[in-house]
Amino acid sequence: MSDITKQSLSELIKNIKDKKLSSTEVIKAFVERSEKSKKLNAYVTEDFSAAIDKAKKFDENPNLDLKLPGIPIAVKDLFCTKNVKTTAGSKILNNFIPTYESTVTQNIWNEGAILLGKLNCDEFAMGSSNETSFYGCVQNPIDKDLVPGGSSGGSSSAVAAQLTPITIGTDTGGSIRQPASFTGIVGLKPTYGSCSRYGIVAFASSLDQAGPMAQNVRDCALLHEVISSYDEKDSTSIDFKRNNYVKELTNNIKGKKIGIPKEYRVDAMPKEIEDLWKKGIDYVKECGAEIIDISLPHTNYALPTYYIVAPAEASSNLARYDGVKYGFRADGENLIDMYEKTRSEGFGAEVQRRIMIGTYVLSSGYYDAYYLKAQKVRKLIKNDFDEAYKKVDAILTPSTPSSAFKIGEKTNDPVSMYLNDIFTVPVNLAGLPGISIPAGHDAKGYPLGLQIIGKAFDEQNLLNIAYAMEEKIDFKNKITDWWIK
Amino acid sequence: MSKDKSEYLINRKDNQYEVVIGLEVHAQVTSESKLFSASSTKFGAEPNTQVSLVDAALPGMLPVINEYCVKQAIKTGIGLKAKINKRSVFDRKNYFYADLPQGYQISQFKDPIVGEGKVILDMPDGQKEVGIERLHLEQDAGKSIHDLDPKNTFVDLNRSGVALMEIVSKPDLRSPDEVNAYVKKLRSIMRYLGTCDGNMQEGSLRADVNVSVRKKGSKVFGTRCEIKNVNSIKFMQMAIEYEANRQVDLIEEGQSIDQETRLFDTKKNETRSMRSKEDAHDYRYFPDPDLLPLEVSDDFIEKLKLEIPELPDEKKKRFIEKFKLSPYEATILVSDNETSNYFENVIKKSDVKLATNWIIGELFAALNEKNIEITESPISAGNLSKLINLIKDGTISGKIAKTVFENMMEGDKDPKKIVEEKGLKQESDPKALEALIDKVIDDNREKANEYKSGKVKLFGFFVGQVMKVSGGKANPQLVNEILKKKL
Repeated sequence: MSDITKQSLSELIKNIKDKKLSSTEVIKAFVERSEKSKKLNAYVTEDFSAAIDKAKKFDENPNLDLKLPGIPIAVKDLFCTKNVKTTAGSKILNNFIPTYESTVTQNIWNEGAILLGKLNCDEFAMGSSNETSFYGCVQNPIDKDLVPGGSSGGSSSAVAAQLTPITIGTDTGGSIRQPASFTGIVGLKPTYGSCSRYGIVAFASSLDQAGPMAQNVRDCALLHEVISSYDEKDSTSIDFKRNNYVKELTNNIKGKKIGIPKEYRVDAMPKEIEDLWKKGIDYVKECGAEIIDISLPHTNYALPTYYIVAPAEASSNLARYDGVKYGFRADGENLIDMYEKTRSEGFGAEVQRRIMIGTYVLSSGYYDAYYLKAQKVRKLIKNDFDEAYKKVDAILTPSTPSSAFKIGEKTNDPVSMYLNDIFTVPVNLAGLPGISIPAGHDAKGYPLGLQIIGKAFDEQNLLNIAYAMEEKIDFKNKITDWWIK
Repeated sequence: MSKDKSEYLINRKDNQYEVVIGLEVHAQVTSESKLFSASSTKFGAEPNTQVSLVDAALPGMLPVINEYCVKQAIKTGIGLKAKINKRSVFDRKNYFYADLPQGYQISQFKDPIVGEGKVILDMPDGQKEVGIERLHLEQDAGKSIHDLDPKNTFVDLNRSGVALMEIVSKPDLRSPDEVNAYVKKLRSIMRYLGTCDGNMQEGSLRADVNVSVRKKGSKVFGTRCEIKNVNSIKFMQMAIEYEANRQVDLIEEGQSIDQETRLFDTKKNETRSMRSKEDAHDYRYFPDPDLLPLEVSDDFIEKLKLEIPELPDEKKKRFIEKFKLSPYEATILVSDNETSNYFENVIKKSDVKLATNWIIGELFAALNEKNIEITESPISAGNLSKLINLIKDGTISGKIAKTVFENMMEGDKDPKKIVEEKGLKQESDPKALEALIDKVIDDNREKANEYKSGKVKLFGFFVGQVMKVSGGKANPQLVNEILKKKL
């Protein structure tokens, strides 16, 4: 059998079902490659020997009717995994071992998949380059000292480097789509309410959504089918009819109307990105879909709105990390002193910055001017999309305003870092599904992604358009294994 | 309407001050499980044995509203004749404390589940209406225990997440007595509804008391102080008394009152400053993004209305109209559901007037002495009913009945049996009584002659003698009649 780790998820499943490969062989291959790839720093916690044991057990009595039979998967370290350390990329949870399992990961284990380990991410998912992680930067397998994007940077790096065939990330403002774009893979942020938030370390509750990351659209559709479920344990989970996303996957998108929002032509957009977008439009046309110019007039306000709403919720969500019950605790003279020391030492600079912004915008006297105003603008942004969807079935934009940047390049300039999410943030504010697919390379040979934004609960259509475009684009990721030699 | 007599005023030199009081009552919702988790709410369990992952605020845990608690809050709202808000919102109240695991309390700030309502108080000089501002649902915090260890504070999270109703009154109360009546009435309504057991010892009912004073006749409210977390009516009254006088003294000295939060020290009987307005927490309220707005339909509310039992005010009205009770008697008998049930059971087969007197008089006194509730009464309603019938049909006198009653308190015995066993039956046979009376007159000839010559006061003497000779068993009415004839 040729290199197992180079196979896509669909190929691996087929080979396991055809008994050409055992789960143990597959797991061992990915473990071995992961072992050789420590330089990437994609993992925070490796669970390799347990994974091999589970694979052996699976092979003793394999249930081949499952959707992910004996398939290895490493997951973002924001998902609580029973008996496996879960850090959220933070020092404050450096000793936290959950006694419970997130609904999304439980759905994955229920379909026969096996946990390889926990993947690095920006601290509490706050970042766009994986540089805010307490557990260090992650290398982008595309090139040395290149960021893999964030916050799901360990996830994007691990899939692009074939340390895991698939993974799951979380996306609050672009944390699946931006790293997918930076590493040449596919990443889907589902409709808010599609995947349960139960057991996911919360960043901003009204924006957080788990989603699949994979090497191609079909694999992404399959993983989405597994993780999306209605969950009574999450009051914001929505009980809608979920498709058989793989079975219903089709490249026939003839007659679909695709909107091109003029507001996404931002100032100083690199020519490479503009060219990519044009190319994308051509591909869509080739597929028989119709291009329609649309307007999303409040796009400009999305980023400032996001940087009020998300930190506000985060400042409250992160109050529970106080050193009292679990996680890191610094000794103090008294309760207040203990809180201050624990949180000053336990949280990194970016997390502290956002807690302070969030605390500020919720303070009495500022609430109306910031938080309340932001909620109103958020509604306008959503209205923009509602209007647009009267005319179109989906919207095509670039995923990011640039390709991946160097480690350290933007760490001292938070605003330029935040600008990375300019195309992805409006989607979270509106609660819509969005997918990033690799669509080309820039002059440096770094991958670039295109984003397709869909109607709420219309993941099937979104996946179909991505699937049709993927075929036309025929993207090849340039992974040289530079870190292995 | 003259209410001057009962007006509660604080007098200083030439000035009279009126006290203005508003209450925020925290009532624990009667429910098997907590507001946002399935943990038990049972009182008195070992520390930290009734704590779910949600209650302890583990990472990634999410609240899910307990529908039963919502129903309980709406029922309470109906009982308070209040507006039920079909859409309400849960907010986060953010502050750090060791016994608040989430770092925020889930409460309702701008949009509570219940809006304005009212409570009617029965005061000695008539009825008084107290406005309800709102009722909202919120989580209780855990408990910090500071006195178990010299260096450490222990935290018990059993109470963390338990559902509370915060019932906010308008500043309509004017005296400690009204506060007493208000809290008792509120408790009574909730107990009728089964929405809060009102057990103050177990902390099921506590209140923050807002107190201000103003010169009599003034229409402007004074600066108020909030006395936090007072857990008995007695302490509320003491705290108000102290606080109102403190404020009056300050004004008399020409000083101003600072708006602040105060604590009542039950040992020293004084309030002291906890934090000033400047130090007040900024709770940074905002809608909890983990919970959708709570929406209830008209149908949902209508169905709950059907579950509302007859409440004290309506029951009182019925008792007055149907049983001709005085307002005073009716108020006492409807004060809690158990008492009114007992009463209605007794009068099923016996005289209403006698039953009322016996329950309010003898029974309450006896229960009080034993410090037990009516539900634990040694005398069942059925047997009290029998006792009353024995009086009514002349089998025993009221006086004998008291003896029988005392016997019944020792154990729920049939009063007829007691009367038989102890030979307490009243002598109502005219012939037997005549013989008895003849003997008494014979034995007291001189006095009988004095009576006949006009000393009518001696009649009482003869009655007493007859009763004494009969061992108290002679029918007093017949004794009177026969004596009159014979003398």
